[in-house]
Amino acid sequence: MKENNENIATDGAVCQGNVLDDVTRGDYKYGFTSDIDTEIIPRGLTEDTVRFISERKGEPEWLLEFRLKAFRHWLGMTPPKWAHLDIPEIDFQSISYYAAPKTKEGPKSLDEVDPELIDTFNKLGIPLEEQKQLSGMAVDAVLDSVSVKTTHREKLAEMGVIFCSISEAVKDYPDLVRKYLGKVVSYRDNFYAALNSAVFSDGSFVYIPKGVRCPMELSTYFRINAAGTGQFERTLIVADDDAYVSYLEGCTAPQRDENQLHAAIVEIVVEDRAEVKYSTVQNWYAGDAEGRGGVYNFVTKRGLCRGDYSKLSWTQVETGSAITWKYPSCVLAGEGSVGEFYSVAVTRNRQQADTGTKMIHLGRNSRSTIVSKGISAGHSQNSYRGLVKVAPDADGCRNYTQCDSLLLSSHCGAHTFPYIDVLNDTAVVEHEATTSKISEDQLFYCNQRGIPTEEAVGLIVNGYAKEVMNKLPMEFAVEAQRLLAITLEGSVG
Amino acid sequence: MNDILLEVKNLHASVEGKEILKGINLTVRPGEVHAIMGPNGSGKSTLSEVLAGNPAFTVTEGSVDFHGKQLLELSPEDRSHEGLFLSFQYPVEIPGVSMVNFMRAAINAKRKYLCEEPLSATEFLKLMRQKRAIVELDNKLASRSVNEGFSGGEKKRNEIFQMAVLEPVLSILDETDSGLDIDALRIVAGGVNKLKTERNATIVITHYQRLLDYIRPDFVHVLYKGRIVRTGGPELALELEERGYDWIKEEVDAQ
Repeated sequence: MKENNENIATDGAVCQGNVLDDVTRGDYKYGFTSDIDTEIIPRGLTEDTVRFISERKGEPEWLLEFRLKAFRHWLGMTPPKWAHLDIPEIDFQSISYYAAPKTKEGPKSLDEVDPELIDTFNKLGIPLEEQKQLSGMAVDAVLDSVSVKTTHREKLAEMGVIFCSISEAVKDYPDLVRKYLGKVVSYRDNFYAALNSAVFSDGSFVYIPKGVRCPMELSTYFRINAAGTGQFERTLIVADDDAYVSYLEGCTAPQRDENQLHAAIVEIVVEDRAEVKYSTVQNWYAGDAEGRGGVYNFVTKRGLCRGDYSKLSWTQVETGSAITWKYPSCVLAGEGSVGEFYSVAVTRNRQQADTGTKMIHLGRNSRSTIVSKGISAGHSQNSYRGLVKVAPDADGCRNYTQCDSLLLSSHCGAHTFPYIDVLNDTAVVEHEATTSKISEDQLFYCNQRGIPTEEAVGLIVNGYAKEVMNKLPMEFAVEAQRLLAITLEGSVG
Repeated sequence: MNDILLEVKNLHASVEGKEILKGINLTVRPGEVHAIMGPNGSGKSTLSEVLAGNPAFTVTEGSVDFHGKQLLELSPEDRSHEGLFLSFQYPVEIPGVSMVNFMRAAINAKRKYLCEEPLSATEFLKLMRQKRAIVELDNKLASRSVNEGFSGGEKKRNEIFQMAVLEPVLSILDETDSGLDIDALRIVAGGVNKLKTERNATIVITHYQRLLDYIRPDFVHVLYKGRIVRTGGPELALELEERGYDWIKEEVDAQ
């Protein structure tokens, strides 16, 4: 076991070294735009826009009704103001709510996919040709509003696993989608959830049948390409009794001067003894050093651990976006259900993040763990906001929260807003928090051993975030380590 | 043996405006062991930090030639790559960074500087195993985070382990004996002796004669008020052990 650990750790370091050789500055690698023939609808949002999107996607009546209810509800809402964020006024009428690459809907083979589009995903390191892929990972690629390709579907179908875009799921498995859509995150939940429910374009749908352990990692890769558009994807994951799935989400966007809105919803349902592991490496464009441009990442992610002894684990590495507003949460309804949240959030330059989780303990003996590692550099503001709630009937609940902040500059801010609401006196709730700076002594120690400062910062930061990084699936962990090191190059001071 | 490894000339250095080193002269040749002794606050640790390039100190005058390179013009990491190693008096903890990853970063940074390919995982782990044996450091320690939760003795053994891996031409051991019990002292000193060759040299900074029973110096220097005030052979250390520093202080202060 020990030797094994040693090897894994070493492999990680190999990759880190190589990439740092290639990259000299912490620039955004994914800032390119692709020249893809795209259909974009005019800017603005009215009931007609909602109807247009629904019609364009050939949706059934019930879904249009769902959208319209959400839209009408949204009209009466205002954006939330409680976060520790300075959000400029957003003109929701100046955004285009639907952009799609011009191809036939749901291409059946790669030949039908625009070569420029395949090239785009290749540049991002996401090959859509199945034979070229890392074995053990199936990918759903979403560009702007539309899913362009889902790989390995046939192989997964043999085991009864459904992995497709949500648009296709609406057509092919309407009963399943209808049963679960909006059941974990209601359109009434919040302003951005209502907006998403009205105009959501695409996203992934996953269903793991009873007793099936999904044999490969499922992954959705989101890419915003078109200018002046928002991205509103919707993901729905259902793990039936005794099922298991590990799901990964990655995201990037071109470098643009304007701000782009990304308001997604992720809903997860976990039945008896099932387990879902959801990992995100969020690398939307963060804006430039002065804070121009970048993606507004306003996302609602929530899982319902409905089944007894069910388990949901969120792991997120947040390095991108100009502003992040995101609280992946667990509703622990089942007896003995388990919720986990592991987060690394990095902000630098003028980035702002207000992120954390909610653990709602409804079931008896439910347990939750929260490990949040914030890293702030430059003039950024980084907040952890978390709620631990224990319902009156939920006996024997247990929560452990660890919330650490690392400061890399003297102009940044790190804040924690923990809310603890315990209505049952058998609960044990723990909260630990630390704040630290990378010390000159640590850097000099590394320098003396021949490790240059930039690399030393990467090493120290990865060490600080290790507890969370270790939770990521192997393929992702290496990528995330690299990202963390590159993102922070030149950030100390 | 005319080749000179390190030549310090009239070195002055200060920290926060206060001058600590006031004209150090020191010549070290390959194969030699130099002991630097002296009372508290005489500038011993400052000398080691300045040679290693700690940015907290400012060099105000003087020069340091390190096998043909102007040491003071090099960054701390390049000094390391050129073969200078400092065993810290108080090694810092770096939480979450395993010794394995840390040493790998260190050794590959040096190889890159020398335009060599990075070591493969297998070669590297083999090297770690070999070097670990020199200071009797077990595998568990090597896979733990850098210095985190190490005892005083473990930290010092870990310093010598790193020295063994990096194979420096000049090692400066800053109070490596402080906080060591007699067994740990023997292991650490044994490690240093095993690493001694014709081509490298060692500067041992210490308060006590004790360490010098294990690591035999060729020269003993007494540092006082930022200057080397006396240089002799091993017998000087014995004399200091017996008589203390007061007689030297008095002699110097009288001048």
